[in-house]
Amino acid sequence: MVENKKYVNKYNFAFIDEATKKEIRRKLLKAVAIPGYQVPYSSPEMPISRGWGTGGLHVTLAVIGKADVFKIIDQGSDASVNACNLREFVHMMTNCKTTYDTTEATLIQTRHRIVEEELNENQIYIYQVPQPEPLRSVERYENKTRQMHGEADYAKMWVSLYESFVRHGDIMFGAGYPVKVNDRYVMAPSPIPKWDIPNINDSKALHLFGAGREKRLYAVPPYTKVEPLEFEDVKFHPEDFSSYECFKTGYNKAYLDELYFDDGSKHYVINDSNFLDKMVGHAPLNQHSNKYLDKLKHEQE
Amino acid sequence: MGYVAVKGGTDAIHNSQELVEFYRLKDAVTPLDIKQIRSQLRLAVDKVIGEGGLYAPDYAAIALKQAEGEVFEAAFILRAFRTTLQRRYYSETINTREMFVKRKISASFREIPGGQILGPTRDYTQRILDTSKAVETPEDVEKFLKTFESKINRDKLQSIKTYAKVIDLLKEEGLLKRVDPNEDRSLADITREAIRFPAPRSARLQMMCRAETGGLMAMGYSSMRGFGSAHPTVGELRYGSLPVRIKDPSGRVRYAGKIEVTEAEMVSSVSVGKKKAIPKFTIGYGLCFGQNDTKVICMGILDTTMRSPDVNAPANDQEFVLYHTEGIESMGFTNHLKLPHYVDFQSGLNSIRAAMDRNTEKAPEQKQGEPTLLPL
Repeated sequence: MVENKKYVNKYNFAFIDEATKKEIRRKLLKAVAIPGYQVPYSSPEMPISRGWGTGGLHVTLAVIGKADVFKIIDQGSDASVNACNLREFVHMMTNCKTTYDTTEATLIQTRHRIVEEELNENQIYIYQVPQPEPLRSVERYENKTRQMHGEADYAKMWVSLYESFVRHGDIMFGAGYPVKVNDRYVMAPSPIPKWDIPNINDSKALHLFGAGREKRLYAVPPYTKVEPLEFEDVKFHPEDFSSYECFKTGYNKAYLDELYFDDGSKHYVINDSNFLDKMVGHAPLNQHSNKYLDKLKHEQE
Repeated sequence: MGYVAVKGGTDAIHNSQELVEFYRLKDAVTPLDIKQIRSQLRLAVDKVIGEGGLYAPDYAAIALKQAEGEVFEAAFILRAFRTTLQRRYYSETINTREMFVKRKISASFREIPGGQILGPTRDYTQRILDTSKAVETPEDVEKFLKTFESKINRDKLQSIKTYAKVIDLLKEEGLLKRVDPNEDRSLADITREAIRFPAPRSARLQMMCRAETGGLMAMGYSSMRGFGSAHPTVGELRYGSLPVRIKDPSGRVRYAGKIEVTEAEMVSSVSVGKKKAIPKFTIGYGLCFGQNDTKVICMGILDTTMRSPDVNAPANDQEFVLYHTEGIESMGFTNHLKLPHYVDFQSGLNSIRAAMDRNTEKAPEQKQGEPTLLPL
């Protein structure tokens, strides 16, 4: 049998070797300097499958320090299996404190959701991105999409929005609605629902995006303008939950999940697990405010 | 009912991890020895070191054991392990003319310098299920080895040297197309830098070197069969071991060890430049860790096809070939479909319901809290 000593695992703090961490941090700085621009990076393999949050993990592991408090959600939930798995991995490799509490966290990694509670200046919000290229649906070649971004040539994108409206009476993008950052780059916000899009705009937190499989990093720095693509007469709008309500809290100004019980009956519940827990426990809540949500709240009063 | 606020995720993962370990061990048979895997599952180990991009046969054997023989998974484990290692050196350029040849064939000529050496290959075994393997004993192994060794002339073994290559013959006669002076010959390192398109040849070969054998085969085959125009001949296919050397900080070149590789030089004819130009031969190159003929042959085909871009032939399209033959990435993304997507799905539902409303083709909306009328 093989001598065991040879195979004892010893890992660097945060798993990735220091030279690669430095490389990722440098690329992140470039990303912050050019909001919305996709920076290619090495994207080393992680012990997590490609497409399961490797990009988010790279960012987390490159920026995490020993004093950080880490929260991770998947589909809005702290309890989702993949979030649990990544949380354990990050904890194992860094020994950092982990939390479910949105306000306590300094680093929040997410898949497909922005938390309902407002983010602050001390927080970094890290997205797992499956497809960083917002133009992929209209142009399949990478070298062409890079050129289109370089020339700010978004004509094909606008035409596709227009065609969607003409065919279906609305811009049919669901999750991952394309946005324009800082009046320059069109960016894929990762497949967050439209409900979350307005919350990246002028956010107090730093938003970092990691697409591991496609090997791209990008960022939205704090207090940056982020606008969904829309026409003067055909506007972006978030998902409409006005005729439903959360069956636990009666609240309907948060993103809701549609549930089917064993008897086949349909119910809705607040998607953000920490927000729901806090609301049920009557804890203080500081929800994001944006023009769509404010209007909704105003209408109801 | 069990839902969102339930904190059962971690427990579920732990139970599942325990269960998969149970499935690996449940029959309580003798645990596989790493040496056994390395030795008797040699070609699986070769695939894992090749696709894992790390020449570490022992670790590959452990990965294979850990993954219950799943080669994709084992290669993935090895790649993830590789991430924890710093790149300290680049080796000196490897010269495959120095190869200690174990197998060397050419389909282009009947006789080649040094002769055709079949070496260890299953090409001419009849693929008849050998049920005697089911009852193989250590004594059988010993007996075979003894008889085999008695047939080896050790004096002759010493005199094995290196051989001239088939492509040298073509080159001397001026039959080979010269390298296009405009070709991007910069040296990329795809493990440190994301690939950009159009990619230099170095990056293309590196990508293929780590690519999944089946993926490369599908692409290479498609070009030969009809979705492209590859019609190559095996100029030379070699399998053997090669010395690797690195430069130490003082600038001295040092011998670091030996690696086993398979190398293919695939010859195809091309017309150079304009339509009436004289046709010449071109070489498509393939090299991978371990013994894997299929992989290097397909690399050779695709090396050639990717040099003449053509969007109508998938094998001639760099982005198509390189992104989609990357096994670890394609496996990961394919399997990510198993992750929950209910947030995105809800967003899509919202849009589709609204669109149906607009078209007055109202979907029968089930009211909140009402049981469904459909039989379950």
